[in-house]
Amino acid sequence: MSTTTGKAAQPAKVQAGPGTTSPAAGPKGSRRRRKSSMGVQNMAGWLFSTPFLVLFLVFMAVPIIATLVMSFTDFGLRNVTHPLDANFIGFENYTKLFSDEKFLKSLFNTAYFVVVGVPLTILLGLVVAVLLNNGIDRARTFFRVGFYAPVVTTIVAVAVVWRFVLDPSDGLVAGLFSEVGLTAPDFLGSEKLAMPSMIAMAVWRNLGTVMVLFIAGLQAIPTEVREAARLDGANIWQEFKGITVPLLRPTLLYATVITTIGYLNVFEEPFVMTQGGPSDSTLTVSLNMYREGFNFFHMGYASAMAYVLFVVIMGITVLQLRLLKDNTK
Amino acid sequence: MSATSAPGAVSTAPSKKPGNDGKPGRPKRPRSLKRVLVYVLLSLGLLIMSAPFLWMAVSAFKTTSELTASPPVWIPTEWTLDNFRDLLDKLDLPLYFMNSVIVAVLVTVSNLVFCSMLGYALAKLKFAGRNKIFGLVLGALMVPGNLMLLPLFVLMSKMGLIDSYAGLVLPFAAGAFGVFLMRQFMQSIPDELLEAARMDGAGEWYIFWRIVMPLVKPALATLSIFTFLGSWNNFVWPLIATNDPDKYTLPVALATFATDPNKAGGSNGMLMAGSFLIVLPVLVVFIALQRHFTQGIATAGMK
Repeated sequence: MSTTTGKAAQPAKVQAGPGTTSPAAGPKGSRRRRKSSMGVQNMAGWLFSTPFLVLFLVFMAVPIIATLVMSFTDFGLRNVTHPLDANFIGFENYTKLFSDEKFLKSLFNTAYFVVVGVPLTILLGLVVAVLLNNGIDRARTFFRVGFYAPVVTTIVAVAVVWRFVLDPSDGLVAGLFSEVGLTAPDFLGSEKLAMPSMIAMAVWRNLGTVMVLFIAGLQAIPTEVREAARLDGANIWQEFKGITVPLLRPTLLYATVITTIGYLNVFEEPFVMTQGGPSDSTLTVSLNMYREGFNFFHMGYASAMAYVLFVVIMGITVLQLRLLKDNTK
Repeated sequence: MSATSAPGAVSTAPSKKPGNDGKPGRPKRPRSLKRVLVYVLLSLGLLIMSAPFLWMAVSAFKTTSELTASPPVWIPTEWTLDNFRDLLDKLDLPLYFMNSVIVAVLVTVSNLVFCSMLGYALAKLKFAGRNKIFGLVLGALMVPGNLMLLPLFVLMSKMGLIDSYAGLVLPFAAGAFGVFLMRQFMQSIPDELLEAARMDGAGEWYIFWRIVMPLVKPALATLSIFTFLGSWNNFVWPLIATNDPDKYTLPVALATFATDPNKAGGSNGMLMAGSFLIVLPVLVVFIALQRHFTQGIATAGMK
């Protein structure tokens, strides 16, 4: 922040800049200038906002509304070139969705992924953060970097690697099994094990994000509070439960919400590792939507899926915000 | 930042040197059992976390017979570059690498400019509609990308931008996250500084470009890294927006290769070599710049 004092002198050079009009501006003039500065700010504000707003409008706002409109039509392959020819069919796509076993299965699979994956990610992220924040002063960066590294890697490449790691004959896990005299199951080829395997990979990849959030949250807790608790004879568990968790609640909320949103949209893992199989046991809503939309070009139907997923995401987010907020009181 | 070893501390002189941190000055804490346990747990966790990377790195250099051995070979007896050679024969990696770089650079530069501009307006300019625009940005942060894919594809087809760099870049040219990040950082710039510049007749563009931007260099660095990496790792949109293999980005090329049984045909060696080549640069960059990553996450997560 010492730079501020250094830079403060700089604008003095601007004096002969483009904006300076009458140099002999008295008290009246300065008042007028302040007023016109408000006008300048108003215009500048809009000019500075324009590029983002245009991009936002064309590539986000309009498509979001278009998805909604498309979800009430029979938008198909020929409509990619002639969008206006699509027919309105009311709620047909939506009613069809809830009798479509494939969609219901993808909804179930996504819920499974979220319900098991989110708590595991949050819990392990918290454990690592607490360990890093307590017993250690050396090698802290080393460990933090190590646990965070999977977050930054290209998910497609990592999913390819995991596919091999889990290979039942020549993969890493198979090797570990054979070291102790067991035969590894076919993780990704089994209807029961494919989803848990994918959850393991997701936890592995995402716990670093949660860990960093928790470390920041933990460091914001004043040490005096902990010391006071310790003087009062609180043990580690009491301190954790009585001080750390309540004070960490905003972080917990944020971490839970972003992890849930991310997991509800899970796509790359099943796309690369299983293509949704075996027998649709890892078909997620996003993968289902992609296939309906871009492989079969049932774009109206896929749009309805996108909106159902969106409503689910919004609903769960609002619910989480409310639940976690109420608990603090 | 608060690591400045409190000037008031009555410690002996040598402890102030960062090199031999704390050894003579700080009272020695007992190396308790608890601490050993923490190290053991963390090391074990780290081993599990790095295992897939290690497996990838080792496997990329295995011969075919060792790759398919069951039970698997842990350390290859003979290290080979055959997997990389085969891969480069079958897959034009330099082309996909260049595609990824071009797209990521364009996306990053446009985000730096456009997000900073709006971030500045939201943080420092008083104008009608400011709160509404900020609400829009917050809303955009929460909308999942899936919601736009289908019409976006139709739009890009109509505009003739499928299989073009523009088609890959435009939807990501200005992200809400960047606006949010820049606004957070720019709010900490004192208003007096900007007022002084305005009094001296500096225009808003001048203030933004010459005064504010240099002051938020650390934030720009963080945003660059995040945006570049986000684009580098992005998969869904490039998968949809490209049909011509000549315009594939690295992840799309690898995924297409990996999921097509006629191409990779279960050749884990080639796939590990490919993953190695995609993941390694990212890891190196991350380790070199890791401070910016954790800071960016923490800053964005705090509010």
